[in-house]
Amino acid sequence: MTALLSSDRLCVHLGGQEVLHDITLQVQPGEIVTILGPNGSGKSTLLRALLGIVPAWRGQIRRAPGLKIGYVPQKLHIDRTMPMTARRFLSLPTRQSRAATDAMLARVGVPEVAERPMTGLSGGQFQRVLLARALLTEPELLVLDEPTQGLDQPGEAAFYRLIEEVRRDTGAAILMVSHDLHVVMSASDRVICLNGHICCEGTPRVVSNAPEYRALFGLGTQGALALYQHSHDHDHTHDHGHDHSHDHSHDPEHNHEHDHA
Amino acid sequence: MLDDFLTRAALAGIGTALAAGPLGSFVVWRRMAYFGDATSHAAILGVALALATDLPIGLGTLAVALGMAVTVATLAARGWAMDTTLGVLAHSALAFGLVAVSFVPDARVDLEAYLFGDILAVSRADLAFIWGGAVLVCGLLVWRWSALLTATLNEDLAAASGLNPDRERLVLTIALALTVAVALKVVGALLIAAMLIIPAATARGLSRSPESMAALAALIGCAAVLGGLQLSLSYDTPAGPSIVAIAAVGFTLVASFGRMRR
Repeated sequence: MTALLSSDRLCVHLGGQEVLHDITLQVQPGEIVTILGPNGSGKSTLLRALLGIVPAWRGQIRRAPGLKIGYVPQKLHIDRTMPMTARRFLSLPTRQSRAATDAMLARVGVPEVAERPMTGLSGGQFQRVLLARALLTEPELLVLDEPTQGLDQPGEAAFYRLIEEVRRDTGAAILMVSHDLHVVMSASDRVICLNGHICCEGTPRVVSNAPEYRALFGLGTQGALALYQHSHDHDHTHDHGHDHSHDHSHDPEHNHEHDHA
Repeated sequence: MLDDFLTRAALAGIGTALAAGPLGSFVVWRRMAYFGDATSHAAILGVALALATDLPIGLGTLAVALGMAVTVATLAARGWAMDTTLGVLAHSALAFGLVAVSFVPDARVDLEAYLFGDILAVSRADLAFIWGGAVLVCGLLVWRWSALLTATLNEDLAAASGLNPDRERLVLTIALALTVAVALKVVGALLIAAMLIIPAATARGLSRSPESMAALAALIGCAAVLGGLQLSLSYDTPAGPSIVAIAAVGFTLVASFGRMRR
């Protein structure tokens, strides 16, 4: 099976700093791959590099010839000065027929918003319209950057159900970024743990048991300490004579809160 | 028909408004108002250069406006603090332009005409230049419309769709320089930005799609031109500022009507 999208020892620099190091990954047709990582781990940058929005500093990115990609960005701020209905938005940049936009809005569960201005939509409606726009190009690969940011939990669960339906109905591969462990664990075929480099990858079960993953997300009793070490990029010299209270202020029992957006 | 100075003035104003309305919509959407200021103030420097070298005024203006627009776009891409940078550039361009004009030996330079426009003295050649430029600007915008709109909405989204946001920005930069050169004779360097922003801002309150906003901005600009000329004729007011004043009154009416509706 040839990969839809792959990178080979990809390095990306932003503002003179290396934010991604030696990223080698593939996305195969029809699979759901999730990139998981704490804030500042380069998740969004990785997606943007794979899409060609930011240049690779070193390494290579390969796409299957003629690959159609649908992209749902993390945040899309529509300036209030631009009048833009949901229907008009779906036709950017490629004109879509009225029937096609109506059908797609119905497919993602928001048929009522077609003539409403984008700036007046709720968070959940907005995300669904973004998804609808991405799907209208009939992509073989759907790239989603934290698509459920700002949604409440039922909204989030519903959105991921929709993503799985899309995969089932269209066979599109899905590459998404998340910091939400629980949702990712159930919805993904493969998880890639990222913190500037790939820490570990595999099926959700394999990854959730990997020590690198536990270190990254601070699960288990040594979580806070492990997270601290990780944030210093594997400097395990253990000269812990001085006070680390600023990094250890979290009760280890509440470490699941470490991965907030 | 073109023998009448008033007809020529109206046609010159309408040509300018047709280009400035749609382009002005992009200026509003991209929050480039100060960018427009910097580019149009640079036009005065262009006038001085053209006078000193005996080149046509339109050409000098176009060249310097383009230089300024490209400079600003480049600095923006390099991540300079745009508010400050544009403030510095806009006012320095104006100051250097005024100083440079004073060096032009010929005393016949009517500075006021370049600062506030001289629409009532538009010649047939001016008219050809204005309409040529306006058609070029509108053509550029129509040709790149969908790409420009997508890139304006979100550059990542545009790039992911295979568009090049840098190229679209360049298209707008060129269109802006052209519009400045076109509008200089009509409203003058100091008020070009007003012709870009006020009609578009007025149209915003009345539009539900980007297309209708751009079209309406052009129409509102035309109405302001005709109203301003009428005002100028009736009360002997300066034509350029009259046009902008009418546009501003229109904006206020629409804005307060919109507020009342809400």
